[in-house]
Amino acid sequence: MPQYLLSLIQPDGPMPAPEVLDPIMRDVAAVTERMRAAGAWVFSAGLHPAETATVVRPAGEDVLVTDGPYVEAKEHVGGFTIVEAEDLDAALAWGREVARATTLPVEVRPIANGGV
Amino acid sequence: MPDVRTPDVEAVFRESYGRAVAVLTRLLGDIDAAEEAVQDAFLTALQRWPVDGVPPSPAGWIVTTARNRAIDRLRRESTRTDRYRAAALLADPGPPPEEGAVRDDRLRMLFTCCHPALAPAARVALTLRLVGGLSTAEIAHAFLVPEATMAQRLVRAKNKIRDARIPYRVPAEADLPDRLSGVLAVVYLVYSEGHTASAGEGLVRTDLCAEAVRLARQLAELMPDEPEVLGLLALVLLSESRRAARVAPDGSLVPLPEQDRSRWDAALIAEGQELVRRCLRRGAPGPYQVQAAIQAVHSDAASAEETDWAQVLALYDHLMALAPSPVVALNRAVAVAEVHGPAMALALLDGLDLPRSHLLPAVRADLLRRLGRTAEAATAYDTALGLAGNATERAFLERRRAEVADAG
Repeated sequence: MPQYLLSLIQPDGPMPAPEVLDPIMRDVAAVTERMRAAGAWVFSAGLHPAETATVVRPAGEDVLVTDGPYVEAKEHVGGFTIVEAEDLDAALAWGREVARATTLPVEVRPIANGGV
Repeated sequence: MPDVRTPDVEAVFRESYGRAVAVLTRLLGDIDAAEEAVQDAFLTALQRWPVDGVPPSPAGWIVTTARNRAIDRLRRESTRTDRYRAAALLADPGPPPEEGAVRDDRLRMLFTCCHPALAPAARVALTLRLVGGLSTAEIAHAFLVPEATMAQRLVRAKNKIRDARIPYRVPAEADLPDRLSGVLAVVYLVYSEGHTASAGEGLVRTDLCAEAVRLARQLAELMPDEPEVLGLLALVLLSESRRAARVAPDGSLVPLPEQDRSRWDAALIAEGQELVRRCLRRGAPGPYQVQAAIQAVHSDAASAEETDWAQVLALYDHLMALAPSPVVALNRAVAVAEVHGPAMALALLDGLDLPRSHLLPAVRADLLRRLGRTAEAATAYDTALGLAGNATERAFLERRRAEVADAG
C-alpha cells in the first residue's frame, strides 16, 4: 500500500496558550484514532521548535555543522504523520482532517517505494 | 481502394488519440506507456493503411493495435511484473471495448487531467494533450511558450500523476459537483485564452477557440445530464457565433454594439439558444448557464438598440447571487449603464478591486466618455492602455482615447 508523508507547516514562535492548544490536541488525537481504526496510521511525531535544529552538511572532506534549521523561514515543519492510502485522493482526505484539526497547512507528499 | 494519404491518419489521430490513450491507460495503469503504445499504433497505421486501406473502424483498429503493441513491448522488456501485465492484457483480448466503456475511460482521463492537486496551467496542458490529442508543439504554440517549456510542464504533471497516484477514476457522487466545476473551468480557460489572447498580435486564437468548442462538445456528449456542462457548451457556442464579427478586416476589435450582426453564425446561435432553453427547463441554474443565457439575450437582438438590457441586468443580478466576482460586478455595471444610465454605473465601479486588469479602467473610461467628462475619460483610457497586453485591444483603446482627446 502506498504511503504518504503529511507534514504540518507551523509558524515559528511560542506555543499557543493552553485554552487554544488543548482543544486542538484533542481534535488531533481524535484524527489519529480514526487513522488507526481505518488501518491507515503508520507513524506520527511532533517536533521541537525549528531553532533547536542543527544542520550537518558535507564540505569537501569535512562535514560542516551549523546551528538552526536548513531553511530560514517564518514557518517550519512542526510535526508529521505517515499514512497508508490507496491513492492521492485518500491521502488528501486524511490531509484535510489533519489540517482542520490542527488549523495548520499540511503538505501531502508521496513516499517513494511506499509499499508494493 | 488503397489510397491513403497522411491526412487520413492525421484526421483519425485528432479524433481518436484521446479515446485510445484513455482506454490504454486503464489497461496499462500508466499514461506514458499508454501514449507510447498509441503512438506506435499510429505509426503502424501510417505504414499499413496506404497498402491495406483504412479499416472499417479506424478508432477501434488503433485501440486493438495499441494494445498488441503494448503486449509486444511488455514481453520484450521482460521483467517479471511486466510479463504478468502482458499476461493480464492477453487474458482480455476480445473486440475493441464498446462505446460505453470507452466513454467511462474518457471521463476518467478528463477528471485525472483536471485533478485539483495539479496546477491550473498543468491541467490545461494535460487536457489539451490527453483529451484533445494536440501535440506538445501545438499546445506550446497556442500558449506562446517554448516547446521545451511545455514538454517539461507535461512531463512534470504526468510524473506527479504517477508518483503521487492521482487516481484514474470518476469522482464519487459527493465530490462530483466540485470536481466537475474544475473540469469546466479548464475548458473555459482554453476558450477565454483563445477568445482574447492575453498576449500577442491577433485578438483571437482560432485554434484554441476551436479546441475549447470541441472539448465542450465532448463533455456534453460524456455528461449530457449535467446542466452546467450544457451551459458551458451553450456559452462557448454563443460566444463563438460572433467570432467573425468581432474582428474588422484590418484586424481591429469591433465591440458588441458595433458588430455587423449579419456576420454572426446563425447555426451556432440556434444551437446555443436551444441548449439554453434545455437548461432552463431543468431548473438547476449555475454560473455557466446564466452566462450562456446572457449571451442568448444578446443573440436575440437584431440590432444593438433592440437588446433587452433589463433582462441582461436581471441575469447579472442572478449571476452575482450564484457566483459573485469583481468581473461579474463590472459586467453588471455595464448593463446598469444601459438600463439606468452611465452615472449610476460609474458609482458602482468605485468599490471594485480588479488590479492589473485593463477592463475596469476601460469600462470607467467608456462611462466617463458617455457622460461627457472627456478629460477624466482620457486619463482612464491611459490607465487601461498601461494594462492591456493584447495588441488589438490596445489599438481599440487608443482609437477611443484619440476620440475623447479630439472632443475635449
